Amino acid sequence: MDQVMSICCYCGCGCGLYLQVEQGRVVGVMPSHNHPVSQGNLCVKGWHLHEFIHDPRRLTQPLIRRNGTLLPASWDEALDFTAQSLLAIKEQYGPDRIGVLASAKCTNEENYLLQKFTRAVLGTNNIDHCARL
Amino acid sequence: MAGLATTFGSGAMTNSINELSSAQVILLSGSNTTEAHPQVARRIYDAVDQGARLIVIDPRQTAMASLAHIHLQLRPGTDIPLLNGMMRCILDENLVDELFVEMRTENYIPLRDLLLTIDLNEVTATTGVSIKDIARAARIYARAQRSVICYCLGVTQHICGTANVQSYAGLAMLTGHVEREFTGVDPLRGQNNVQGACDMGGLPAVLPGYQMVADPVVRDKFDRAWGVCLSDKPGQTLLDMTHGAGSPGDKLRAMYIMGENPMLSDPVLDQVEATLDSLDFLVVADLFLTETAARADVVFPAASFAEKNGTVTNSERRVQYMNKAIDPPGAARDDGWIIMELSRRMGYAMEYESSAEIMEEICLLTPIYGGMYHDRLIDNWGLQWPCSDRAHPGTPFLHKFSFARGRGRFQPASHVPPAEPVDSAFPFLLITGRSYHHYHTGTMSRCCPTLNREHDKPFLDMHPDDATRLNIPDGSRVQVTSRRGSCKFFLRYCQSLAPGDLYCDFHFHEAPVNVLTLSARDPEAHCPEFKLCAVRVEEVI
Ligand code: SF4
Repeated sequence: MDQVMSICCYCGCGCGLYLQVEQGRVVGVMPSHNHPVSQGNLCVKGWHLHEFIHDPRRLTQPLIRRNGTLLPASWDEALDFTAQSLLAIKEQYGPDRIGVLASAKCTNEENYLLQKFTRAVLGTNNIDHCARL
Repeated sequence: MAGLATTFGSGAMTNSINELSSAQVILLSGSNTTEAHPQVARRIYDAVDQGARLIVIDPRQTAMASLAHIHLQLRPGTDIPLLNGMMRCILDENLVDELFVEMRTENYIPLRDLLLTIDLNEVTATTGVSIKDIARAARIYARAQRSVICYCLGVTQHICGTANVQSYAGLAMLTGHVEREFTGVDPLRGQNNVQGACDMGGLPAVLPGYQMVADPVVRDKFDRAWGVCLSDKPGQTLLDMTHGAGSPGDKLRAMYIMGENPMLSDPVLDQVEATLDSLDFLVVADLFLTETAARADVVFPAASFAEKNGTVTNSERRVQYMNKAIDPPGAARDDGWIIMELSRRMGYAMEYESSAEIMEEICLLTPIYGGMYHDRLIDNWGLQWPCSDRAHPGTPFLHKFSFARGRGRFQPASHVPPAEPVDSAFPFLLITGRSYHHYHTGTMSRCCPTLNREHDKPFLDMHPDDATRLNIPDGSRVQVTSRRGSCKFFLRYCQSLAPGDLYCDFHFHEAPVNVLTLSARDPEAHCPEFKLCAVRVEEVI
């Protein structure tokens, strides 16, 4: 069994832990003993961190709405359609009519890329996230 | 976090979580810490074990409140008069740290003038807390060497959230309880990487590292790095976006939502729903088909935290590295890949080989993250910003020797009554919060069988006296109605609430509490008044 160093994704304490990986599945969680916050402890959410990862309801393919229904599509279709739609709206109404929500559940690098995309590609500062909530 | 930023120049937690256990006095406000921040609670237990005094300011009788030496059980929404009362006592008893105020702060005189007009009897009448308790808490907090203030969403989600935060910061400055180890003002962040999303510029007015969009020098730096010409117009806030605020000319036509579910987390759901439905185009990237994703035109299947490499930043500003443990399921991909692909298809190539390479760009453009190269973060538990360069060891506590903005600024504030007082038609004050077993809107945690087993129903807590008066038995199905809508709960008797107050969680899509709540907003932080609204309760037969 592999032990992979990671961080609990549930709250701002950011406990350090090890994901226990067996045959491509996360099967358990162990707290880190020398992590400055967790010090060998996790709360109930942290201990059960792995359970949602393999939930059967996870999305596994891109979806596009066709005639009112979300249907499976390829990445190329979904990305091209999105790129064209955003470009068309930017062209027609201007960049400030597009809004973006960043995420407190994503990494710093992803949030950086998203705000760069918003500002440099879409051309607007309309980006916020749910921290105010 | 506008409040702390205007006072100290930075909106982050000033201490490390570990420092809390060595504090002599902890003043905890609006934070159901045992449930929302278990590790912080553990440090507070440790501190109390070692003889620290705990002062809790909370309308509810929380687990922390029962541990407290003094529990100031104030009426919801009356933090400012309570703090003004405490500061008045500090002034009267000559407990002001005059040297600190003189050397390190500004705008003290207006605060002092305001405090001198405060009538403590009036404070008691407004807050419901006795003068004796206010004075005792003020003395204990002011006299100790190492006093820390911790606060949570209860403080920031009021109509006067910014002023609340500024008042807590004022109390700390008045007594010199900032800028040293074991003293400070610590906002506790609700979600895993809220701190990082803010640090990275996921905000309408700032670029990464809180560099202002409005500042031409900053824009010039990013223009050159990114090869574009950036807009100098600050963007719309979350609520402007989701509630179609502003002139019709600002109304959004398209949205890209990464890993958020505003359908459930936004106050006044009806308007969010209407706004999302009115868009020409909505694209959502998420792990699950959330209520928001179900309304999208395109849905991208995203990778979970265990399926990618990258860093997150916790409440104490600690930037930590997460290793990829497994591959994402099916065709799901991480959000970084999705953004790069989209960007390329829109004519702007973003080519990063790895998340480490993205971080290198962040380091170069963001002074507070200047030394956060991945190789320094791997195989250890990270570094705390500010960290200016490769050699910098990180910063466990902020504002040592000087505030980020130079001098700390006092912002005197007066009582702002709740935006929606109770009346005969809506006689109860509803307080919302999060529970121990769930996380924000529950998209992840509700899919976790263990957590659901522990907490599978939406409960409404009510004091037994109120329930007896209304003749509603414990466990009954009840309907809660506000001026905006209604939703159903199971009633639970709860001794820890004051009569007249109700409490519920906001995790359940079958009871979307936000249809009830207000969007009367804090003028500065645009934080919805989310915690409080007037309601009535009926049994469902
Ligand atoms: S284990 Fe609990 S306290 Fe630690 S980060 Fe996760 S949710 Fe927060």
